[in-house]
Amino acid sequence: MSSAETTQSGGASVPETIPVPMGTRDVLPEEMAELREISGRVLKVFTGAGYGEIATPALEYEETMRLAGADAAENVYRVPDKDGQVLTLRFDSTVPIARLAATRYRAAEPPLRFCYMQHVYRAIEPKRAESRQFLQIGMELLGLPAQTGDAEAIELLVSVLRESGLKDFKIAVGDVNFFAERLAAAGITGSAKDRIVHEMHTRDLVGYRRELATSSVSPADQKSLEALAVARGGRALLEAEGAEELIKLDDLLAAAGVADQVIYDLGLVRPLSYYTGTVLEVFAPSSGFPLGGGGRYDNLVGRFGRDLAAFGFSLNLERLHLAVLAEQEEKTS
Amino acid sequence: MAAQRVIAAVPRGTLMPKSLDLLEGIGYDVAEVRENDRKLFFDAQGIITMRPSDVATYVERGVADIGIVGKDVLMEQSDRDLYEVLDLDFGACRMIVAVVEGNEQASEEQLRRRGTLRVATKYPKIAQKHFGQTGRQVELVEVKGSVELAAIAGMADAIVDLTATGITLRENGLVVTEEIVDCTARLIVNPGAYRLKSEEIDRVVAELSALVAPNAEA
Repeated sequence: MSSAETTQSGGASVPETIPVPMGTRDVLPEEMAELREISGRVLKVFTGAGYGEIATPALEYEETMRLAGADAAENVYRVPDKDGQVLTLRFDSTVPIARLAATRYRAAEPPLRFCYMQHVYRAIEPKRAESRQFLQIGMELLGLPAQTGDAEAIELLVSVLRESGLKDFKIAVGDVNFFAERLAAAGITGSAKDRIVHEMHTRDLVGYRRELATSSVSPADQKSLEALAVARGGRALLEAEGAEELIKLDDLLAAAGVADQVIYDLGLVRPLSYYTGTVLEVFAPSSGFPLGGGGRYDNLVGRFGRDLAAFGFSLNLERLHLAVLAEQEEKTS
Repeated sequence: MAAQRVIAAVPRGTLMPKSLDLLEGIGYDVAEVRENDRKLFFDAQGIITMRPSDVATYVERGVADIGIVGKDVLMEQSDRDLYEVLDLDFGACRMIVAVVEGNEQASEEQLRRRGTLRVATKYPKIAQKHFGQTGRQVELVEVKGSVELAAIAGMADAIVDLTATGITLRENGLVVTEEIVDCTARLIVNPGAYRLKSEEIDRVVAELSALVAPNAEA
């Protein structure tokens, strides 16, 4: 009898189980049926809007990840291939789709619209209920420029969230350019800029104010940059700060009737450096964690051989599912 | 839309009294929290209490919207997804390196001969970073309780720990050899609450800011 046998009539010996790696888990029939159902509805919204579903390999050459920047190559699982090349386990879907679009759709008339649902893998030490494997559902829109493309994506994101059954959610929208331009306009460059951006990335506003205070910026700029980092609001905020690009986006979102779902957050920065414009994160009161995020990445596809402006977002399907369930529970209790 | 409640995570221990004073100052009802040191969850008051090193965990997971926590905890748990919005300017402590008095030279000698120091700490991440940045290799020994013991009992050549007054160190015959960083209490905010309750959060931050630094410009 194997030592992993769990049912023993005597009951004297301690049963052993074969574990799964920390940060991974099995999905059992009841949950699987619900995940299929919710993802089915989401994918239907995507395909109905003209987004073709694709899948990319779970293994890609490390070189592919490298093209996306050094920070995108952190926390990546690496496996040596037989010929000495290094393979990576799919870390996100945006980079593989950038590769796919630039190589397999080299001559296709833009815009290109893709959606996907696939697992991604993160080489982290899960101590905070994080997953090392999780299911992402999302889209990439290639070949449409800022505002037009951003608005189409955000409108689609609202439809997807509504169709998932989630009632209460907000999309925080920022612009990495606007923040960078304001720093540049205040004369912050080089290592001072890097330190300040680092504090924003780590969401350390105390450190951000300290770096500003010790930099050479004028007191007036210091004050306005302090305010910018925590500036969250609606149309009035955009106008007060002169965020022209986001105002154009807001016009389109208002016309589409989804502006109410958006909170502009001018201090929002995303951890990956390939973002070049509008960035977003999805929040719901029924979830302590963001449900997903995304943004504009106009230079990434070009690194794979075809210059295409692009925007994409992904949702963590399991978190979305839990948020929908938590909302329903709240309602019945 | 009606103002939403902002749930606060409060650390038990030395930071607790002043934390409660501040929360009281901005309208939280803290009387029962002050009186009852067994109860942890004060639903009616919008306050939950916990050991200091757990505050960031509860706020990151959104169980609490805001929390008060020492910078030492934030540095040690620096990979957490949280907003650190305000220096509350109390609970000042120093993160230090200390050795048994009279052993200062011996530690140096140890480093020279073996090329590495044994360091006991509750803050492995901070310690690793400090020695790494100053070009020294260390063997870290993580302990949970009184770190001084590790040095006195000879388990470690030095300790990295937090000290407010230095009294405990002195009483145990330890001397500070290096200062790593000054730590004070910070206000942290859950990233979701930061957007979804932005008005309420901004109000809390502004009011606490006024209490902490009454003379500073708003």
